Amino acid sequence: MRLGIDVGGTNTDAVLMNGADVIAWSKSLTTSDVCSGIVAAIDSVLQKTKLTASVVECVMIGTTQFTNALVERKGLKQVGVIRLGSPSGQAIPAMSDWPDDLRACIGSGVYSFAGGYEFDGREMSILDEDGIRKAAQVLSTRGITAFAVTGVFSPVKMDMESRAVEILREEMPDAHITASNNVGRIGFLERESAAILNATLSDIAAEVIHSFEAALRTLNITAPLYISQNDGTLISAQEAVHFPVMTIGSGPTNSMRGAAFLTGISDAIVIDVGGTTSDVGVLTNGFPRESSVSVDIGGVRTNFRMPDTLAIGLGGGTQIYLSEEQFGALQVDGLQFDVGPKSVGYRLSEAAYIFGGTTLTATDIAVASGRVTMGNALFIPPLSQPVQDAILARFKTMLETAVDRMKTIAGDACVIVVGGGGFLVPDNLKGASRVLRPEYSHVANAVGAAIAQVGAQVEQVFSYDKISRDVALNQIKQQARDQVIALGGEAQSVQFTNVEEIFLSYLPGRAAQLRVKAVADLKGTRKNRTMDTVQPTPSQHHVA
Amino acid sequence: MLLDDLAIDDLAIGAAFLGSGGGGDPYHTRILAKAELAKSGPVQLIRVEDLAPDALVAPCGWIGAPTVSMEKLPNGQEPILGLRKLEQILGRPIDAVLPIEIGGANGLAAVVAAAKFGVPVVDADGMGRAFPESQMTIFNIRGLSSCPAIITDAAGNVVTIESEDNLAHERIARAISVSMGGIAHMVEYPLTGQQARSHAICGSITAAIAIGAAIREAKQQGGDLFEAVFGALRRSNVYSSAGVLFDGKIIDLECETKHGFSMGRVLIQGFGNAGEMEIVFQNENLAARRNGELVACTPDIISIMDRETADIITTERLKYGQRVKVVAAAAPAILRDAKALSIVGPAAFGMEDRYIPVEELNNWEGKSV
Repeated sequence: MRLGIDVGGTNTDAVLMNGADVIAWSKSLTTSDVCSGIVAAIDSVLQKTKLTASVVECVMIGTTQFTNALVERKGLKQVGVIRLGSPSGQAIPAMSDWPDDLRACIGSGVYSFAGGYEFDGREMSILDEDGIRKAAQVLSTRGITAFAVTGVFSPVKMDMESRAVEILREEMPDAHITASNNVGRIGFLERESAAILNATLSDIAAEVIHSFEAALRTLNITAPLYISQNDGTLISAQEAVHFPVMTIGSGPTNSMRGAAFLTGISDAIVIDVGGTTSDVGVLTNGFPRESSVSVDIGGVRTNFRMPDTLAIGLGGGTQIYLSEEQFGALQVDGLQFDVGPKSVGYRLSEAAYIFGGTTLTATDIAVASGRVTMGNALFIPPLSQPVQDAILARFKTMLETAVDRMKTIAGDACVIVVGGGGFLVPDNLKGASRVLRPEYSHVANAVGAAIAQVGAQVEQVFSYDKISRDVALNQIKQQARDQVIALGGEAQSVQFTNVEEIFLSYLPGRAAQLRVKAVADLKGTRKNRTMDTVQPTPSQHHVA
Repeated sequence: MLLDDLAIDDLAIGAAFLGSGGGGDPYHTRILAKAELAKSGPVQLIRVEDLAPDALVAPCGWIGAPTVSMEKLPNGQEPILGLRKLEQILGRPIDAVLPIEIGGANGLAAVVAAAKFGVPVVDADGMGRAFPESQMTIFNIRGLSSCPAIITDAAGNVVTIESEDNLAHERIARAISVSMGGIAHMVEYPLTGQQARSHAICGSITAAIAIGAAIREAKQQGGDLFEAVFGALRRSNVYSSAGVLFDGKIIDLECETKHGFSMGRVLIQGFGNAGEMEIVFQNENLAARRNGELVACTPDIISIMDRETADIITTERLKYGQRVKVVAAAAPAILRDAKALSIVGPAAFGMEDRYIPVEELNNWEGKSV
């Protein structure tokens, strides 16, 4: 059986799956040490099923911890930023387009050295080895242990980046060093930013992944641990320690894939209502629609393959700003209130009225109006019907606008609601042909992690003078396909998510490097449901 | 008019559209422009009518392969070195600059040069879009000389070209740009105020800003992004008609840095049973064929855009799997006469197709040229 876990900012969800069936689920609060929250979630699942840890064959964790760290600027390490390519690029220093506060977290150890390659692989200038070594020594005395190294045209030729890593390693054997060619492709600024983000996450990555491992040890689970990546496939826990940036964005991917899986519907709009935001995304052919040009992570432009989602400030913990004198207002005219964007987040269980707090939250409104049963409704100060209606109408408009913005074609679309705060979405939504709330929708993220896809990437240099491009492409696609099937992928579900070609003009014979990624569903995780068999199920609300 | 940060954002988007896939992604240049504006204050945008007849106007922009430009970033001194050299050769100060091509990063590069050099930028350009070769400008079509031209690179190298022959100038400049690493800055076709007034494609900067503003406003108001672009084009008095050619997913992409250009082709599979569209490019998109049949070709503008967000995807940012709309717009009328077509039409690129305006090929209604 597979254990899928979603470690969010507010909740840690776990599902135990056997093939395509959810055997049990649980929802626990995310704890500051991460570990005990996971232990509680898994423990609860195992207890519900009366199964022992030995049934778990594989653990898949999706986490927003790294995204949150970047968004909240928490736990980030200072980074020695090493650029190889001077004097080119001096007009646009590293992190030029970053938000000031995030740039401040990285610190001032930013260097640009002679080095790098031209497009055809010839050296732009000789690598400034002494400069790199001196910088390493300076940064070392300042206690900097994370580095990002980015050389011009390193995806064409990586030798200089590798040499720079060696030099840094000689000076600081324990440093965490990210070479840009491992986290990005052609496109200097985006690759450099990805390398810096990866490096700044190195401490928190080690901490989080190790707490995942500690949680499994506590429960005597010896099954292999995988982490969800942003493209819906998995990497090993060890890889995730080194490349945390590859897991950013896995949250929306998992929730959307979970939504597709739970409903059997492949084309729909998915609204994932969490504690702080509602993330609206689009499913096309069972896959999250990707953003084709660039995605922002914490305000930084990157070129990762990631779902195109729109986040709006409406979640279960969203604060409603309404003066207490107006709680009982009978006239909506002149009623002054604001919805968010601030949220009480994980403090919902103490801050909201229904849990004995004194903050009016979106969840309080939903409870007062009878949309959901949770906490103690009697703790909410009396809210007049017109006030409740006005606030609920605002929620509805916010969601409708977001759905409309994400729509590709005019006309009504099927809307799937997932996430713990799904009760904020009304059943009748303008622009929605129907609103579905599948069973287990509140743990769709964890389900998405448990049905993660397998992926295989193949890379090879071909000489088009010896083998035609078409033949080379077919050959490498076939290899990727074979590999992904060998890894347990379902043959009919194989898709190519990336086909890249870089011409290496420094090699003879029209040489090109081809890189192909194939992904597939894990065998046994596909449900043979069709759209027609799916009926909207009544709303189900669960409280941890 | 003063070009401020918002105008720069709008111009970057509009210029990317007019780039017809080329001219380089304005992303980096936008960062540069904003950094320069922060130092110099807003840049003055003047009309050709504001130029004294004997003013010295310096068209400028980057020459090379867009694929290289997204990896090898500028040093920042390139335009200054070139403009200074031109002043030195001609023995007089430069009064204003203009983009040699409005399309892509080059639409913004002139603003960066103007900010750095402390001169205004003229609301006009030499191509009305982007073209891969330097002789494909209205100034060459009208018989003006490209030289003296000055090429500069990130390492600080400065090369002056003196030639009577504008084709020879392109050939030499291209070879120099390759030896400089595939991307270089060029100041060329120095003009008098009178020449700029008589020959430049006027109003193209404000047209580009209007296109960018239309997309921005439509995004804010939830309107149809593509209709917003078409509306802005039709209102511009430079570009008369526009429309969607195709809607689909990129299923193959071939792109190589060759002879100093980004050359290749992209294959798009239509949604439903719409068949396939093939677009060939040499820095810029040159011709679009739907199921083998020509539906648009140079000098008309062919741009590939994200089908949801209307982000313009320049040739170097095309990727397998992207879901796109292919959009075309009529080229400015002065690029469509026989003389102009011999220099910027399909024959100039070795294509056998006869040029037919895009609005005729697609039976678009509306104002025709």
